[in-house]
Amino acid sequence: MPKILPLNGDDAAAFAMKQIDPDLVAAYPITPQTELMQSFSQFVADGEVQTELIVAESEHSALSACVGACAAGGRVMTATSSQGLAYMWEILYIAAGYRLPIVMNVINRTLSGPINIHCDHSDTMGARDSGWLQLYGENPQEAYDNTIQAVRIAEHKDLRLPVMCCMDGFITSHAVERVDLLDDNVVKDFVGEFVPTHPLLDIEHPVTYGPLDLYDYFFEHKMQEIDAMSRAERVVREVSNKYGKMAGRSYGLMEPYGMEDAETAIVVLSSTAGTTRATAKEMRQAGRKVGMIKVRCFRPFPKDELAGLLADVKAVAVLDRSDGLGAYGAPVFNEVRNALYDRDQGPEVVNYVYGLGGRDIGQPDIAGVYADLADIAATGKVKQRVRYLGVRE
Amino acid sequence: MTEKPGWKRIPTGGLILTAGNAKEYKTGDWRTQRPVINRDLCSNCLTCWINCPDSSILVEDGKFKAFDLDHCKGCAICVTVCPKKAIHMEPER
Repeated sequence: MPKILPLNGDDAAAFAMKQIDPDLVAAYPITPQTELMQSFSQFVADGEVQTELIVAESEHSALSACVGACAAGGRVMTATSSQGLAYMWEILYIAAGYRLPIVMNVINRTLSGPINIHCDHSDTMGARDSGWLQLYGENPQEAYDNTIQAVRIAEHKDLRLPVMCCMDGFITSHAVERVDLLDDNVVKDFVGEFVPTHPLLDIEHPVTYGPLDLYDYFFEHKMQEIDAMSRAERVVREVSNKYGKMAGRSYGLMEPYGMEDAETAIVVLSSTAGTTRATAKEMRQAGRKVGMIKVRCFRPFPKDELAGLLADVKAVAVLDRSDGLGAYGAPVFNEVRNALYDRDQGPEVVNYVYGLGGRDIGQPDIAGVYADLADIAATGKVKQRVRYLGVRE
Repeated sequence: MTEKPGWKRIPTGGLILTAGNAKEYKTGDWRTQRPVINRDLCSNCLTCWINCPDSSILVEDGKFKAFDLDHCKGCAICVTVCPKKAIHMEPER
């Protein structure tokens, strides 16, 4: 029987991992991911999963163990945050480069320094070009649903790339919400058996992972990875549709609200999408034509779908929970504005960097952004392209 | 150089799907010096064969036959270990 439990994002993702029952999990604790691994460790200790759990001495070792186990032929998962993801850096590229379908929950936390344990997206935005897919979940329910879908996305025969499921540190990872859980058997059927393509433990078919790959072949192997990533949008859509039919909760690459007649719009990821939707809803009830788009899938970036939704809008604000220091605007802004550049005419696009180091963002902040957009839509003038929301002068 | 296959025709992820093919990778062109043997001094003790890290001492009928210059990287360990000082290095041109 499907059931409903009060779970925070960490526990929801751990519950999904329990139902997936991967062959191996290797991890190292870091706030705010710790509770996820604590919950999963309890499932291991209680014998509720068959998983081999490796408590590694660092994140570098944890992801290295995942690479080895996945190459050996296992279904492998891990989780981390912030400095932990930074410490995994070189192995991120190796996992993707060897085409190993590892699934990792990343509980978004800023990168030091100064040291801070709270949410922003600096950690995963830095890894956006590492060859991993990135799904951003808004709440514990999506943390649960994304984790299950990620297994099938990563292991899809047309893809074979690792997937990060991101959720906002503390805001999502530690806030208890209602989560609809699927039956264990339903999840087991959905993820199916992992069929490795070239398992190291198949001694009848010896294979070498990680040989030296110089200028005469490296580019070709990278091209294969690029080619696989070009199919990722379709794969994410396919798996999400299947999941929607099975679970009754549909997901796309993005989730628009009020875009059918919106004159101004906000593009945002993760938990702030909830704050934005609530604000937009109130403003629409007051007769204002505002909309918003939550980008769920940031890698691959669904440029065509997004540009289509924004085509008739007059002004767009992209909310970024990380900065692109030295760049012209932050990462999501760059993607969105770039996606719109190919259109003959499109909206003005402005950027608001917000919430760094866990700085709260509330509905009045979002309402202020909509007010700025209304001004741009009315005058056609952008006073300042990139702004910083909620920072003290 | 022969034309190499494109990205659509090679195994993904840089994997090598067959075993025992390290010998096809010619490392001899890494060498800046080559080993040269003085047969008059060599006692065929094969200490060089035991110590060569690249299996580049070729042996026939229990005796030193030649250096495998396709794979010898020129490390000169054979020169160091030879009890008869029968091997010396000469620069590659």
